[in-house]
Amino acid sequence: MNTDPWWSSENFWRKSAIFVTAFMALILIGLTFHTVSVIVAGTERVPAYAVINNRIDYVFNKERNFQVPKIGAEAPLFGKKLTESEAYDLVTLGKLTVQSKNCMNCHTMLGNGAYYAPDLTKAWLDPGWGTEASREQLMTNFLLDPVGNARTYGSGRRMPNLNITEPEAKGIIAFLKWMSSIDTNGFPANFDPIKQGEE
Amino acid sequence: MQLHAFNYSALNSGQKVAVKYFMAAMVLFAAQIAFGIIAGLQFIFPDLFFGVLDFSVVRMVHINAMIVWMLFGFLGSVYWLIEDESGAELVGAKLANFTFWIFLLAVTIVVLVYLFVQIGPGKIESIWFINEGREYIEAPRWADIGIVACMLVFFYNTAATFLKGKWSGISGVLVLDLIALAGLYMAGMFYVTNISVDQHWWWWVIHLWVEATWEVLVGCVMAWGLIKTLGARRKIVTTWLYIEVALMFGSGILGLGHHYFWIGTPEYWLTIGGFFSALEPIPLVAMVVHSVYDAGSHGFKSTNHPALAWLIAHAFGNFLGGGVWGFMHTLPQINLYTHGTQWTASHGHLAFFGAYATIIIAVIYIAIQRARGDVWMSSDIAGGWRWKWALGLLNAGVMGMTMALLVSGYEQAFTERALGGSTWTAYFAAQNAAWFVQGMNWRAIFGFVTAAGLVLLLWDMMVIGRGDSRDIQELNTGHADDNSDTGAILAT
Ligand code: HEC
Ligand code: HEM
Ligand code: HEM
Ligand SMILES: [Fe+2]
Repeated sequence: MNTDPWWSSENFWRKSAIFVTAFMALILIGLTFHTVSVIVAGTERVPAYAVINNRIDYVFNKERNFQVPKIGAEAPLFGKKLTESEAYDLVTLGKLTVQSKNCMNCHTMLGNGAYYAPDLTKAWLDPGWGTEASREQLMTNFLLDPVGNARTYGSGRRMPNLNITEPEAKGIIAFLKWMSSIDTNGFPANFDPIKQGEE
Repeated sequence: MQLHAFNYSALNSGQKVAVKYFMAAMVLFAAQIAFGIIAGLQFIFPDLFFGVLDFSVVRMVHINAMIVWMLFGFLGSVYWLIEDESGAELVGAKLANFTFWIFLLAVTIVVLVYLFVQIGPGKIESIWFINEGREYIEAPRWADIGIVACMLVFFYNTAATFLKGKWSGISGVLVLDLIALAGLYMAGMFYVTNISVDQHWWWWVIHLWVEATWEVLVGCVMAWGLIKTLGARRKIVTTWLYIEVALMFGSGILGLGHHYFWIGTPEYWLTIGGFFSALEPIPLVAMVVHSVYDAGSHGFKSTNHPALAWLIAHAFGNFLGGGVWGFMHTLPQINLYTHGTQWTASHGHLAFFGAYATIIIAVIYIAIQRARGDVWMSSDIAGGWRWKWALGLLNAGVMGMTMALLVSGYEQAFTERALGGSTWTAYFAAQNAAWFVQGMNWRAIFGFVTAAGLVLLLWDMMVIGRGDSRDIQELNTGHADDNSDTGAILAT
């Protein structure tokens, strides 16, 4: 009965489908183990939370041919040096707030989310915050009262008041600072960071 | 002579459950479009509902309604074909009904909370009870658990029914695929502070759904649909299904890497993701070839024109939205600039509509025909303009929005990403640019076209075939060859 050439044989393609699926799934699982191990916090690509104790910059790397985060001298967030576990708690408060307030249905982070408002991957380094000295205060003010501090740049588009408390705002800023230290293979490109330190 | 009223008693018990899912799906589809229109208008009139129903809330309802109506549509489709395909009565019809109501209740509560509570304090409780704040899977954790429970019941029903009856190639693929589909959802069900790890697993759900498991699920439905609407040969259809599975999983599983370019994951994903995702259009081309070949070889003769038309819209929409629009931005050299712009939204709209909305609509037309006692739904039916205009307006609307968003996306990629370096000011420089604004205006206009198409579609679904007294039998005498294929299968 089975006189079909192999390429039109149901049986051949059933086996191929199973084999290909299993093979690809195995490779993905293997790669996943590796990938997850190099993106846990405290690795080269994704720094430990205590990185918020340091200055973070985004500089061009000739070898890799794109911008990479550079962790610089000590520059504690809100002038207070934190241990890793304190830093983790603060960033966690920030991340929980980010999720609870649904920031990513207006903004993108690491480029994912919504397109109604600016990407926040490097918000900590945005030149819009003026100087290193004014940044923390301006960010806090903005998050606590985005309507009162609206800029909109002629678009009329504002961020609504999200009832963010002051501790939550600090958590968010810690989270944003930490996120700006993640090695994102050069995304966003051509980003011109805020001027920091003496140069 | 008897007119074709809806006649539920003629349906088998799987089909009765399916009808409920289909109705709920279409209500949610309407909600999706309504909220889409509002979100689109907020780009043009940023004060619209500001502080009351902010963009974030509107958008969340828009995309969540979509995910849920499509899941409902899939569940409905499987319940619709299961007795036919397995030759056995649905196991646990009561349970299926019960879970439908539970699912619907959960969705209603979730949406009410989205609309009236909206946001919570930065605590884990907010994620459990208000919203999770992660695109597409915003549903709070309690609802996630409910969804998984419903999926387990669904899975039990499906597998047990096939076990009782007979297995086929289609049902074998279907059941294995459902396990993967439900299992993947759990990859998105935990909280983590590390946003790289968060997005890594989030993409497992989103990508491995739409570019792997959903794609295979609709492949099964399509296979069954071709047999039903065209009388295509089962053996050929099944062989094609296996080929499609091999190609889809072969490219789509590692294609996941195209989301791992910029989220902190290692550089090898630039190569792996770029390479495998660039292969993803191949299975989508294969599907077009397959369905057009099948339709052509049966002379496009079908007992159900609206269903056939939507199946063809699916084949092309899947290829265009996924294959072409996906391919355009899938290489890292391009994605670096298009990532997270309206370009992405352009692709997202055409792909979800073209690949998934279309095929669910097709199955619903198949269901309507049966529910009206196998009414005639081919050429020269009364009020046939309605389904044709619905088809035309919906497709023109979505295609128009897609083109408009592509123009805006191009402007944004250029001005904000490439030149401006994605800062706050660069973002708004792009948003204010003339081409971008034009794109937003045209998107809104085509949004209304889409909405008009939907109104016609829903109207048509309620009335098509109602005034007709002919039924499929009469058609079959004119198209005897439609049956000969089925006959051939039965004979072997
Ligand atoms: C309803 C939409 C919406 C939501 C929700 C939202 N934002 Fe915004 N956000 C905006 C808009 C619009 C702007 C631009 C405001 C302006 O220019 O005045 C903005 C600006 C910002 C900025 C400054 C822009 C930059 O590039 O640095 C930051 C930081 C920010 N938002 C953080 C957040 C955080 C954190 C959350 C969640 C807690 C959030 N936003 C939620 C709409 C939103
Ligand atoms: C029919 C199946 C598909 C659907 C429904 C779909 C849907 C989507 C959606 C909704 C997004 C945006 C996700 C977000 O919100 O961030 C997206 C992103 C993306 N899709 Fe698809 N897609 C499909 C197939 C494909 C294919 C076949 C390719 C490649 C050939 C592709 C390439 C991409 C890429 C590269 C992105 C990332 C965009 C970015 O960087 O912002 N997609 N897809
Ligand atoms: C009336 C028509 C519609 C309008 C006006 C509309 C509008 C919108 C808007 C404004 C957004 C937010 C985009 C952003 O963040 O900037 C959005 C997102 C989205 N919509 Fe629609 N929409 C419509 C219909 C549809 C349809 C028919 C589908 C699919 C079946 C769909 C699927 C999506 C998806 C997947 C997203 C997320 C895209 C992404 O993140 O890339 N929409 N829509
Ligand atoms: Fe993808």
